[in-house]
Amino acid sequence: MSNASPPLFAAREPIFPRRVSGFFRRLKWVILILTLGIYYITPWIRWDRGPNLPDQAVLVDLANRRFHFFWIEIWPHEFYFVAGLLIMAGLGLFLFTSALGRVWCGYACPQTVWTDLFMTVERWIEGDRNARIRLHNAPWSLRKGRLRLTKWAVWLVIAVATGGAWVFYFADAPTLARDLMSLQAAPVAYATIAVLTATTFIFGGFMREQVCIYMCPWPRIQGAMMDPGTLTVGYRNWRGEPRGKGGVKRQKAAAEAIGSGDAVARYGAAVDKNIAAERQSRSGEVLGDCIDCNACVAVCPMGIDIREGQQMECITCALCIDACDDVMAKIGRPRGLIDYLALDDEPPTQPMQSAGVAGLAEAPAGEVAGANQPPWQPKPLWQHIFRPRTIFYTTAWAAIGVALVVALFIRPEIDMTIAPVRNPTYVTLSDGSIRNAYDIRLRNKHGEARDFRLSLVADTGLQLALEGAPDTVVEVPADTSRLQRVYVIAPPQTPAAGRQRSDLRLWVEDVTSGERAYSNTIFNGKEGLNERSTD
Amino acid sequence: MTDNRKIDPTTGTETTGHSWDGIEELNTPLPRWWLWTFYATIVWGVIYTILYPAWPMVSGATAGLLGYSTRAEVAAEIKRVDLSNANLIDSLVTVDLAVLRDNEDLHRFAVQAGRSVFAANCSQCHGAGAGGVVASGYPNLLDDDWLWGGTMDDIAYTVRHGIRNEEDPDARFSEMPPFDWMEDAELDATAHFVRSLSDLDHNATAAAKGAALYADNCSACHGEKGLGDREIGAPNLADAIWLRGDSQEAILRQLKAPRMGVMPPWQARLGEAEVRAVTAYVYGLGGGEAAVGDAEAAPAE
Repeated sequence: MSNASPPLFAAREPIFPRRVSGFFRRLKWVILILTLGIYYITPWIRWDRGPNLPDQAVLVDLANRRFHFFWIEIWPHEFYFVAGLLIMAGLGLFLFTSALGRVWCGYACPQTVWTDLFMTVERWIEGDRNARIRLHNAPWSLRKGRLRLTKWAVWLVIAVATGGAWVFYFADAPTLARDLMSLQAAPVAYATIAVLTATTFIFGGFMREQVCIYMCPWPRIQGAMMDPGTLTVGYRNWRGEPRGKGGVKRQKAAAEAIGSGDAVARYGAAVDKNIAAERQSRSGEVLGDCIDCNACVAVCPMGIDIREGQQMECITCALCIDACDDVMAKIGRPRGLIDYLALDDEPPTQPMQSAGVAGLAEAPAGEVAGANQPPWQPKPLWQHIFRPRTIFYTTAWAAIGVALVVALFIRPEIDMTIAPVRNPTYVTLSDGSIRNAYDIRLRNKHGEARDFRLSLVADTGLQLALEGAPDTVVEVPADTSRLQRVYVIAPPQTPAAGRQRSDLRLWVEDVTSGERAYSNTIFNGKEGLNERSTD
Repeated sequence: MTDNRKIDPTTGTETTGHSWDGIEELNTPLPRWWLWTFYATIVWGVIYTILYPAWPMVSGATAGLLGYSTRAEVAAEIKRVDLSNANLIDSLVTVDLAVLRDNEDLHRFAVQAGRSVFAANCSQCHGAGAGGVVASGYPNLLDDDWLWGGTMDDIAYTVRHGIRNEEDPDARFSEMPPFDWMEDAELDATAHFVRSLSDLDHNATAAAKGAALYADNCSACHGEKGLGDREIGAPNLADAIWLRGDSQEAILRQLKAPRMGVMPPWQARLGEAEVRAVTAYVYGLGGGEAAVGDAEAAPAE
């Protein structure tokens, strides 16, 4: 081991994001309020389903194995709906990632939303960036202790509310709330709240960007889904570099002289004289638009410098866009030095070549270089969004969505599955009849008990009987399923009795509504039975 | 070993010195909280091994301060279930079996319990599906043919006391005497007649001869028309069900040297509740008979 060996472990660099305002900040507020609102309020929405069913609009009823979502009720055997939704969620993520990069991370991920909420509380109690840095560096005092305790207390309240809201999705919310208050609720409810409170408090308050960088697999996976045409938060280095402070002198004349050369490379074809005006450092060097004010770094919740290019840590929260636009407005430069852009938005020439010819000279042979060529332009926004790739994802996503909706509407209200009893495959009765047994599961999805009548369709002579019932009607209680053993009997000399396999269709009819459903199965006979008897 | 480590110019971080096709690995330091998490798991592990059974010893393992064991947990769970079922078990022991079906909850409980009792105690002979074993003469419990009766009470009695066993004086008992003293021709004629009773392929002349022999020797137990007698456990010879085979040879064998099955009594081993549970289960397998008359629960026309 050499002395120069680097440390094996590094402490977290504390991050103190500065407050920022602008379009994307407002958008994030709206999404934050929307997502948190949906999360906290949903379990309290009521939905009348009749006397025997829960009246909670969204309820994951694990004990009774039902999922209620407004008018939709999913039984365990319909789990393919959930699988379909998961596939749609996956395709949706592909779609958004290929079009807009890590837009999920930046706006909608719970880690981002709750961290944002926690930071707002932090800013509200301890002040903005500079105040928080001062407080962080200050020795412990009464004031620091008070501020810290207040902040942690508010965080804890939010964390408890978060964990608390979660359990309401799994039980009747008003009842559970009363039980929780009176300490009557199930231990698992308290344990769930405790765990989610702890994770919310720790992840939102202390781990923050560490969750995204070290724990979450999505940054890597999403990085692999992006391509040069994907819009993502980036820095127009061809416009901003070389960055530099100081030079505020504008050289309009110089800009006019340069004309379409450098300015076009920096800003695209639509060059305005004012825009083309250039900054110059005191030593006379031509500067880019970036004044190196570090506003983008100060507002970044991940503690990175977006000007270093795309990086794994960037959650594309777009706050640096707001910060930079603000600065650009103040120094009178066009917005969008940091902006949603794609890698292929970068102009093909080196921006600092004062004459574009030098850069174009390196273009492949055969390309017409020079004044005749129209000036290079980045693709318009819509061409980044509507690409074959995103259109394919949208189509697949919509196809599955339509299929699920269709499946939802054509699924029968009554449902039956048949499990033939195979041990033994048939039983000989004393009169020589051959009897098969079937375990039939009847599902009643109505809010009241229903009678179901069973009947069968087969070639000849088969009879149907129900275990423990005088006729072929069986009552299934409300919103439940019932297992009923059913016998099918082939009298001697009937074809089915002497055949190894006969096709059989069992019908079930809702006596109340007249709705019918069927299921096919097999009748096993005793091969050769009839031949022997007729000898 | 690590001589080729160098500082990566872009990040300023040292590399590990490993290179794959020119791609080198940065030796980025781990976050310190990771280290703390690792220490926390060690602390957790130590506390866990103190509180819970953990370290294997020569015999058994350390018990742990909390005295927890999965065995005790299972025992407690069984006790809890038994306690919650106590009322059902009490009702099952006292209920009139003929009307058990009217009490839906109790009936379901009995059938479910009986399924387990059957699997543990009865399936060895009667088969997991209760279909019996023809080759060994273990009766099929699914059909509608009962040697000793198929009502709830009949089945319960058979389960309680068994058949032809030495242990229980109340065991059902019947015996078919061997007819080895008969002439071979007589035996053959009798067998032909027996086969004629259930419309099986037979020699009409021999059967006619056997009719008289049957009337003299067999009808006392099996009845004139071969319908059997459940009071004495005499099998029905006129139906399609043959416990020991319906071939001429099988019938001759049974005439000369009858084989008769034995069933142990289960009353002492299972107790009344489990006897009744397994009765309800067997009754519901498709052959159960109503207590009144000879109407069957499952129509078998």
